[in-house]
Amino acid sequence: MTNPVAVVSFAQMRNVRREDHRNEVEMLLPVVSEAFANVGLTKNDMGFVCSGSSDYLVGAPFSFVMALDAVGAWPPLRESHVEMDGAFALYEAWTLLCEGEIDTALVYAFGRSSPSDLSRVLALQLDPYYMAPLWPDPVAIAALQARALIDEGRATEADFAEVAARSRRAAKNNPNAQVSGDFSPETLLSEDYVVSPLRRHTLPPISDGAAAIILAAGDRATELVERPAWISGLDHRIETHALGARNLTKSPSTKRAAVGAGLLPDEAAPSLEVDVAELHAPFAHQELILRDALGLTDSVDVNPSGGALAANAFMVAGLTRIGEAASRVMDGSARTALAHATSGPCLQQNLVCALSAERPGAGGARG
Amino acid sequence: MTAPEVSGEESVTTIVTPIHLDYRYTAGLAQSRFLTGISEGRFLGQRCPRCNKVYVPPRGSCPTDGVATTDEVELANKGTVTTYCVVNVPFAGQSIELPYICAQVLLDGADIAFMGLVQEIPADQVRMGLRVEAVWVDPSELAPNLASVKYFRPTGEPDVPYESFSQYL
Repeated sequence: MTNPVAVVSFAQMRNVRREDHRNEVEMLLPVVSEAFANVGLTKNDMGFVCSGSSDYLVGAPFSFVMALDAVGAWPPLRESHVEMDGAFALYEAWTLLCEGEIDTALVYAFGRSSPSDLSRVLALQLDPYYMAPLWPDPVAIAALQARALIDEGRATEADFAEVAARSRRAAKNNPNAQVSGDFSPETLLSEDYVVSPLRRHTLPPISDGAAAIILAAGDRATELVERPAWISGLDHRIETHALGARNLTKSPSTKRAAVGAGLLPDEAAPSLEVDVAELHAPFAHQELILRDALGLTDSVDVNPSGGALAANAFMVAGLTRIGEAASRVMDGSARTALAHATSGPCLQQNLVCALSAERPGAGGARG
Repeated sequence: MTAPEVSGEESVTTIVTPIHLDYRYTAGLAQSRFLTGISEGRFLGQRCPRCNKVYVPPRGSCPTDGVATTDEVELANKGTVTTYCVVNVPFAGQSIELPYICAQVLLDGADIAFMGLVQEIPADQVRMGLRVEAVWVDPSELAPNLASVKYFRPTGEPDVPYESFSQYL
């Protein structure tokens, strides 16, 4: 893989608790249009289009086909879809771009978490024989993970509140966030438990949202923008479906993906240094697990956007992490950035994207 | 330790795990306009500002150009059968007497055909190019759903030539 690929454009919808008026196409249209307008391109310039979404969220079969109306599919597009977060759609587009046959791609994601009871929908991603029939609440499953972390002596409820307070404070600068403001960890800790040891502030908001990214390869990227956010490495790894077979307090798949993305030399590496890290940690305690798995040093600016605790549109929040991290590189506030996306219960599958202001040399891109 | 042997009679081959999910549907801005029109006994479409095609029901965007359709167009109550099928097979939930006609009707002024029933004509006399008009339920029963359009029936106008609708099939 020798063709370097960069993020050149990012657009997102302001996350809301419930988008009551617009359908998915109407949500996506302005986002996709903005992503194109940022770089003066149209859908006819795209070598590939890839999207991420889940039909379970709106209860509509093939809703991703309908969503293509927001792009326009004539003349015919080379197009694909993953029933996953848009970050994994970006992975598919990236592999195609690396091969060098095309030099641009549009990646978009949309997620409406409001039409359904998300806790029931998410129960269906569990093993269908022994777990899903029990309809376990995803908050309860996350609480098992948080409890295990506390019992191992690696975190306290005050640490969770600290993460939430920092996320909400950072989100004050993010006009697309849903939850933001100044909260002291002490105040947050006075909230009642939702599911012990998790309080409301440790949970992600339920969000409707959409996001789009345009990728470009090689010289095309530098023609389009002054500072492309080059993808220096990209990898994703998955752990077993069986929650009971995992150590929920560790994230070996995140660590391995970071190695695959070239951010860590090997799995024994103690620490990782980047300017900015956007971590897709829907629950506050998961940020602590991810920081630990990656070995992020204290100098890393973690989730300047507020992260998934500030807005968590399903299927969108991971792609948004890549967009936010890339934006920090494109606006010059960071030279290097890490973006992480997760899927499945308790950080089951993890993607790590390494971004840099420096164009990787021939053969430099890892993945 | 070896697992006890399971004989053929004892093996579980099927389990039943009932699944039920409830959803709150959002029609969207364009379809809400269309459904409101239906509850008033009229067909409302939207025009693409780029290719000028009129879509009914509108979905808020032009599926060809990928741009928002904001220009609302009221369509005629009449149209042309572009294609149709004769339903002869009984099925669960069937509420209309067999055989009946399900047709694609290109409303005058629209660029996409609209699905409806064709009645008040023997099934073997329905044809491509037949001119039809919508028959609505009683005004007191009009509602924002497609049951408001009972069916289409022949207007008695001469058939239109195939060439005039061949690009809409």
